[in-house]
Amino acid sequence: MKRVGEVKSSNYLLTKFQDLVDWAVNSSRANSLWPMPFGTACCAIEFMATAASRFDFARFGMERQAFSPRQADVLICAGRLPFKLAPVIRRIYDQMPQPKWVISMGACASTGGVFDNYAMVQGIDTIVPVDVYVPGCPPRPEGLLYGILLLHKKIKGESLFDAVKRREEQPLDDKGLRLPPETIDEISEPFGNSVHQFRSS
Amino acid sequence: MTSSSPVPGALRTEVARDGETIVFLAADRLLEAMTWLKETPGQEFDYLVDVTAVEFRDRERPLEVVYFLRSLKRRADIRIKVELPATAELAVDSVWSLWRGADWLEREVFDMFGITFRGHPDLRRILMWETYAEGYPLRKSFPLRGRFSRAEQVRQALNVNPEANYSLEELSIAEAAGDLPDDMRERLRRGERGVIPEPPTAA
Amino acid sequence: MSKRTVELELATPGVDAEGRPARVPLTATGEPKLAEEHMLVNIGPQHPATHGVLRLVVELDGETVVRCIPHLGYLHSGFEKLGEYRHYNQIIPLTDRTDYLSPMSNNVGFALAAEKLMGIEITPRCTVLRVIACEMSRIISHMVWLGTTSIDLGAFTPFLWAFQERERIYDLQEMWTGARLTTSLTRVGGLLADIPDGFVDKLRHFTETFPKTLGEIDRVLTRNAVWAGRTQGVGALTAAEAINYSLSGPMLRASGVAYDVRKDKPYLGYETYDFDVIVGEHGDVFDRYLVRLEECHQSNRILQQALDRLPDGPINVDDPRVILPSKTRAMSDMEAMIFHFKQVMEGVKAPVGEAYVGIENPKGELGTYLVSDGTAKPVRWRIRPPSFINLSALPRMAEGHLLSDLIAINASVDIVMGEVDR
Ligand code: SF4
Repeated sequence: MKRVGEVKSSNYLLTKFQDLVDWAVNSSRANSLWPMPFGTACCAIEFMATAASRFDFARFGMERQAFSPRQADVLICAGRLPFKLAPVIRRIYDQMPQPKWVISMGACASTGGVFDNYAMVQGIDTIVPVDVYVPGCPPRPEGLLYGILLLHKKIKGESLFDAVKRREEQPLDDKGLRLPPETIDEISEPFGNSVHQFRSS
Repeated sequence: MTSSSPVPGALRTEVARDGETIVFLAADRLLEAMTWLKETPGQEFDYLVDVTAVEFRDRERPLEVVYFLRSLKRRADIRIKVELPATAELAVDSVWSLWRGADWLEREVFDMFGITFRGHPDLRRILMWETYAEGYPLRKSFPLRGRFSRAEQVRQALNVNPEANYSLEELSIAEAAGDLPDDMRERLRRGERGVIPEPPTAA
Repeated sequence: MSKRTVELELATPGVDAEGRPARVPLTATGEPKLAEEHMLVNIGPQHPATHGVLRLVVELDGETVVRCIPHLGYLHSGFEKLGEYRHYNQIIPLTDRTDYLSPMSNNVGFALAAEKLMGIEITPRCTVLRVIACEMSRIISHMVWLGTTSIDLGAFTPFLWAFQERERIYDLQEMWTGARLTTSLTRVGGLLADIPDGFVDKLRHFTETFPKTLGEIDRVLTRNAVWAGRTQGVGALTAAEAINYSLSGPMLRASGVAYDVRKDKPYLGYETYDFDVIVGEHGDVFDRYLVRLEECHQSNRILQQALDRLPDGPINVDDPRVILPSKTRAMSDMEAMIFHFKQVMEGVKAPVGEAYVGIENPKGELGTYLVSDGTAKPVRWRIRPPSFINLSALPRMAEGHLLSDLIAINASVDIVMGEVDR
């Protein structure tokens, strides 16, 4: 909230109505996220560890895990995403009500990780828009918690009134893709060491 | 293998680097030999450990279908191989009738190598989806990253209907398989269900 | 099973041929026969009770499962293909990620197969350390199984207890390998690292206190009426069926077949340890639970024995073609540097041939089958996935049970999708 001008007494505070609404809405959204765990592989185990007693992400308002996409705010994709699962995550994402956020947990969800092969989607951002990428293979629970805190920060910067900062639904285009094919090809390019690892002997 | 009586249809035997006996069988006598191995007293290989296939980098060499058998009673193992020349039809008899455990293992070999198992009750792709059009991933001619571009792979994947194989029809296939007309069986065997949309023309 | 069209004895407003409003009667052909109809229910692939991305299409008659058809492959990651493009040592990180509930014993399984293929004898200290790794893995894997299964069946507390124990082993794994989950512990011919100072004491402390948690879980579950009611007599398989379905591990032993790779085809000197093979009687979900619980005790015993006998000495074989030289030597000694370069760039070559090694993983017999054509990359790296094969008996086990029992049965198989789909 911005403090507007000089005020005589500290008992009242002036602000824009819009800011007040945004503040109220966003902090309640951020501090009580309902995660939809889309746990597929190893990262899901670390996700469970984050939810269990030692790390306990309920401390950050994620008390209730939503196992139904209809009652979820944030989709946490924990683990690798093969092409066979791609339509599933898209459907789950489409079923979530607005506003919704996506955390991509782990190297596989973010880039395909060590699986640069025929079966694996090279980053879930070719399928659904992603807000926070948590690196690591798997990320430590602290890493995931940090990602969640980053998401809080991002949510608090959003606005209901400002078209730029508002979340809009991002449907698939008429070819059934989220990004243009060239972009998908480009971001799925092998990089680093995996460029050299296509020969089998 | 302890007994000295030869496996019917055995072509030759070898010893693997781990000390196990490998028996190469003639493809057409596989089922006979397997039945013999399972049921003959003194053999009693009642447990099927694994079924898999091997294709060598040297494309001249035949593909091998490998069966790992175990006798739980005698605590003995044996490895059975059937060689399939890559140029001929890749098909062997299914051992499903002897071991139920072969069901999914054979489906997986079919999915990954394209080897058909005659007499398998429900030979469908198991790991890839049914309309998967790129081929058989574990064949050496299949590139590591698949045949299509990434964009095309994403597009096909997103256009698959997640509910495509969720139908009464599917549930009754296994039962009805014997009664279906040949062409339909053939289409079902190829996993034809639903249409893959055409790739975008402007590449 | 016929398609049902609902027709009702009603009339609907319409227009007749001359454009005047009229009531058009709808014919009815009697009541739909609900009693004879089967319902299809789709569970998964994203469902909290399927332990990963497994999808089950279930045909129900009322609440009874008539047929259950599993759909797999939602986590197919192409491990085996990838293995053909990697050196033997580069495959070890991949093995972590197949059965990610017991990464260390997967590492061991692969390393044993590669060593068999190359004819390498590992050192005594390495052998014992690998036993420790395997048994630690068994404990954490069974703990996850207990935790998630108890959640599935409505008991939340054991989940928290089990995960606390897991965290303690995670700490040990992290001490040893630097990673909580993806350990990549082994190397062909040795280990990534020796155990650090204080590890033995910490592990000993764990082995002393862990049975207490097991006792608590035992008290809460074993004689709990709800637990027993939901698990006893559910999903039973006879010994003959279990063998015919190629089940392995606790699933096989719960059905009364005393086959344990550690006893019957010993590796890593397991024949010298004193432990019991736990065998069930009825082959139902309850027996599987008991077998796994008791196996944790046995693993604990093995851990204690292994700690007692842990010999000193090197962890790696003394062969510069297989084991990387130490960093300092690689930087200062020309010969060591050449070996280092050759290993990193060309990899360790395996002779022509093939080898299969099965080890007793928490889920069952994990087989690694390697075929080599003489190069540094295997022609074929096949994983015999225990939970894939165990799962193939699910349709058989679920038949005739209630839908809610299906969840219990599915949980009792102890699947991990990374390994089922590979
Ligand atoms: S990022 Fe690593 S830990 Fe996570 S799913 Fe991928 S391989 Fe597993």
